Amino acid sequence: MAGSNKTNITPPRWLLAELTYKCPLQCPYCSNPLDYAKHSDEISTEDWKRVLSEARKMGAVQLGFSGGEPLTRRDLSELVNHARELGYYSNLITSGYGLTEERIIELKEAGLDHIQVSIQASSKDLNDHLAGTESFTHKKEVARLVKKHGYPMVLCVVIHRENIHQMSEILAMAEELGADYLELANTQYYGWAHANRDLLLPTREQFETAEQIAQDFKKKVEGKMKIYYVVPDFYEDRPKACMNGWGTTFLTIAPDGVALPCHSARELPGLDCPNVNEYSISEIWHESKAFNFFRGNDWMQEPCKSCDEKDKDFGGCRCQAYLLTGDMYKTDPVCSKSPDKQVVQDAIDAARNSAMSADEKPLIFRNSNNSKAF
Amino acid sequence: MTINPELPINFSPMHRLQWEEVQQKDVILYPEGMVELNQSSAEILKLCDGTRNLDQIVTDLEEKFSTTDLKNDITSFLDVALNNGWIQQD
Repeated sequence: MAGSNKTNITPPRWLLAELTYKCPLQCPYCSNPLDYAKHSDEISTEDWKRVLSEARKMGAVQLGFSGGEPLTRRDLSELVNHARELGYYSNLITSGYGLTEERIIELKEAGLDHIQVSIQASSKDLNDHLAGTESFTHKKEVARLVKKHGYPMVLCVVIHRENIHQMSEILAMAEELGADYLELANTQYYGWAHANRDLLLPTREQFETAEQIAQDFKKKVEGKMKIYYVVPDFYEDRPKACMNGWGTTFLTIAPDGVALPCHSARELPGLDCPNVNEYSISEIWHESKAFNFFRGNDWMQEPCKSCDEKDKDFGGCRCQAYLLTGDMYKTDPVCSKSPDKQVVQDAIDAARNSAMSADEKPLIFRNSNNSKAF
Repeated sequence: MTINPELPINFSPMHRLQWEEVQQKDVILYPEGMVELNQSSAEILKLCDGTRNLDQIVTDLEEKFSTTDLKNDITSFLDVALNNGWIQQD
């Protein structure tokens, strides 16, 4: 097993509860695994309550209810209520699809702290195309209702080549809807986004233009709206400090009870990720092979091993190293010190060529039929 | 933005101030984020309940900790808190 250093294990702070892989939307950049249809089991309400209780006792305080679409779970309010009693700060990460005013009130009464609504684009046509479902008008209405009922309103827009030209309009929409926070999430290329990368990755020029517009807007709305800007690391020289370090802060529980050090870790081979049906959260966090796999620095290869920045970025993202080089132990290839840096340039070139070719292949939408094909 | 000394100070309804047993400290929670507070910052924020203005907060804390000359430190912290949206004045 790679780098285990059990003396320095910090407690989890962030629990991501992926309640279900069911989703009425079909976003082609979904972060769920491609083969999610194979993992259709869902753990029970009682199991979730136990997971929440155990993680809270260890120190987890930020809680994300996510999916799939978490609203498809009928016990959502019951889980929110349990989380509130335990002292979590609960975030609902939703497409807004199917969210009624009645349910917004019910969730508020149960103790939900905030609702993050995703919108796919600033225009109805593009939003509905990307979501694979007619949803734009309803999403905007949901955003207004979230505000009306006193929640902090976070609007999340995933940015990629299909919508990056709308940056100005997206910002105007956030302002019009009265967002308290705007998350501009440049697509991270895992799961479905990896499969669709040639069609989603913007050019450097597109990215730089959009970033400048977003930075100018950030100054304009200072004090009124906070902007979370997720950088597109393909155009960076250093990798992201993924998950704040493996097994240090983040704990994800997948719908079937599998515990993951990050929500993409299912893609990595040989981790044997443990299931909450078999182990306590404490055993999973402290003892499991998966959570100790990339803890600390012992697992690192060169150039990470002797790098003076290794405690800053932890070698970057293991899933990205695996997806781009086939070796999950390697330096994240977005790093300019990586000997594999060329694979990132190749990906950028392939996306550009795809955009310019006359017969670009279509997007693969995230749905059960397509999932079963993987 | 700076604190208006006349007006009462409220803790923001968009944030939550809470004691964390495992960390043995007070924290501010907000959408997808957390700020860990030292003891003095937490003591100041706990008095931002809409019933006190700046001078009243200073008086209460000087009394509580049997000291004087806290006004400058408290004012500069509250300015930071205001600009971070943790507190507000209507």
